[in-house]
Amino acid sequence: MALRTLLGKDLRILARSPVLVVLLIAYPVVIAVLIGLALSSSPALPRVAFLNEIAPSQSTITLGNEQIHTTRYERELFAAIQPVMVSTRAQALADVRDGKTVAALIIPPELPEQLANAAGSAYVDVIYNGDAINQALVEEAIESKLAQANVLLAAQLSRVADGYIDLLLTGGDLHFLGSSFDVLGLVHAQSILAAVLSRLPPSSPVRHALVQVDAFAKIAVANLGGSRQVIGAVAAPVVARESVISGRRTPLSEYAVAVAVSVSLMFIAILLASGMLALEREENTLGRLRRGLVSTTQLLAEKALLAAVTAVVVSFVMLCGIGLFVPLGFGRAGLWLLAICGGALAFGTLGVAMGALVREVRAASLLVLLVSLPLVFLALVPSGSVSGGLYDVIRVISAVFPFKASLEALDAAVNQSQPSLASALAHLAALIAGFGALARVALRP
Amino acid sequence: MARSAKLVTVALEAAGLSKRFAGRVAVHNVSFTLKAGEVLALIGPNGAGKTTLLSMLAGGLAPSAGELHPSGAAGIGWVPQQTAIYSKLSIAENLRLFARLEGVTEPETAVDAMLEQTGLRERSDDAVGRLSGGNRQRVNIAVGLIANPAVLLLDEPTASLDPRQRARLWEFINLRVAAGTSVAFATHEIGEAERYASQLLLLADGEMLFLGSPAELCTAAQEGNLDRAFLALLAARGH
Repeated sequence: MALRTLLGKDLRILARSPVLVVLLIAYPVVIAVLIGLALSSSPALPRVAFLNEIAPSQSTITLGNEQIHTTRYERELFAAIQPVMVSTRAQALADVRDGKTVAALIIPPELPEQLANAAGSAYVDVIYNGDAINQALVEEAIESKLAQANVLLAAQLSRVADGYIDLLLTGGDLHFLGSSFDVLGLVHAQSILAAVLSRLPPSSPVRHALVQVDAFAKIAVANLGGSRQVIGAVAAPVVARESVISGRRTPLSEYAVAVAVSVSLMFIAILLASGMLALEREENTLGRLRRGLVSTTQLLAEKALLAAVTAVVVSFVMLCGIGLFVPLGFGRAGLWLLAICGGALAFGTLGVAMGALVREVRAASLLVLLVSLPLVFLALVPSGSVSGGLYDVIRVISAVFPFKASLEALDAAVNQSQPSLASALAHLAALIAGFGALARVALRP
Repeated sequence: MARSAKLVTVALEAAGLSKRFAGRVAVHNVSFTLKAGEVLALIGPNGAGKTTLLSMLAGGLAPSAGELHPSGAAGIGWVPQQTAIYSKLSIAENLRLFARLEGVTEPETAVDAMLEQTGLRERSDDAVGRLSGGNRQRVNIAVGLIANPAVLLLDEPTASLDPRQRARLWEFINLRVAAGTSVAFATHEIGEAERYASQLLLLADGEMLFLGSPAELCTAAQEGNLDRAFLALLAARGH
């Protein structure tokens, strides 16, 4: 009975506390669903724009007695990705740029010719958008499948090469461009030479030259058989030729540096700003200050600036410290500072907006953790690793929270990645204005 | 001539002061004047609008209607019901901070004067969080007085204090009154209002029911005791 009464009371309180319900129940549910969907659809089959530029009539390559069907290797690659068929190279690039796919895989028209000539490795083009996580995700999947395809292809090429070696060694019929040729073979050539040499007088003027040719034929017969193993060891007839749309790729280790510094920046700035503002409420000093001693804007700016400056100092020192172990290019330290300042101010402003909503420092800290951590995770979900609609939702959520923009600013400053530092800073400036206005509204008496 | 005399004697004047929150009337049409060195007690049941009225007088809330002279926070000291000082800072640091924020020209002199008047000089370096409730309230009031305001507004200043602490606090406040400071304070203690206030302003549901001396309230309610007069007047006006 007592339990039921208490339960009824608590449910009534929750029903009358819509903000609490949204924060404690609806928000975690929405975030959990988004994270669940993101986890369930990635990274098993990354969406990759696929374009086969080989004309259908040329998709089968004939080498000696062997026929290589490129569609077979296409299927191998499809086991590792979720292909999004496109009809032009421009469309493939646009899909990567817009985040519809993680990467583009293009089989160039010259691949059959490159394989047939066997002058070196043939290429497939893999194009990324410069995002380190995206690249790592696809690289692993494509390279693993390409390795499997190469094993099969190498075996086929090896068989073709074996045939040619047999022909060179023992002779036989060679069919080429519709004609048939009788090839003598090194073994027979050497027998003929030996017979001719045995009949020549020792003083014959051609004897010395024929002895040299005979010696070569013996060596060739003895060693050409061993070249089979060498040919068999050629394991990568096709290699992935990687390129990045925006020009420069961020190595995953350097991207991780940007992520680590952004996370530190975020927690320091948001926790400090929200905590310091909530402390004013906790100490009951807010009313005293706002009766003409300081304006709401001054109060919010002071807290946001304090948090931002602290976060900037800690994050910059942290980045410089990491730079001692990871090559980061200290020549761009001015840009690092600019990016860190932009992010710190945005996080500081978000912090005061959060601090204005609560009455206690502990509640502020809880709110910050509750809101920030899932949003950091969502901001790191690679484009193309989830369905287009879900990624659009994630992208909107990430756009209204400063983590993604701050990470992009720092990545651009440290790794020269895209989007540019200027556009990331403009994004952060818009967020600072938005959260500043929100904080003013939340702090209204 | 008459106008200049008014400027000298009237420290605070409210005319038709009202405050509405989302359609609910918290204070309605309150008018009064507070002369220099006068003590006004705001009395009334819970939810009468005492704190809202004091907040408007202190410049912390903008009135929905009516006029206030002076308007804003200049020349007015504000002491909220709950201590509004930083517990991690020392007494002297709190006083110095608010002296600077109030724009006091010589902050150190003002801090010295307040430490002297509160009798807390010996403990000036102690963190406020380590003080007793009575001493915290004295620092709270000292912060309200740091800019030497003409008017001091106090919201239930003795609500959490024992009788001895209350007496010491009123000694402190009366010293300021004797020096010419006008005081308006909200209280539920009718005895306190009778003892220290020269004027009473009775509020109920945001409406001003009475303004006058304690003796005039007893006469209006036809009761010999202020407690009973207070209750009788509320009942007579339907509260």
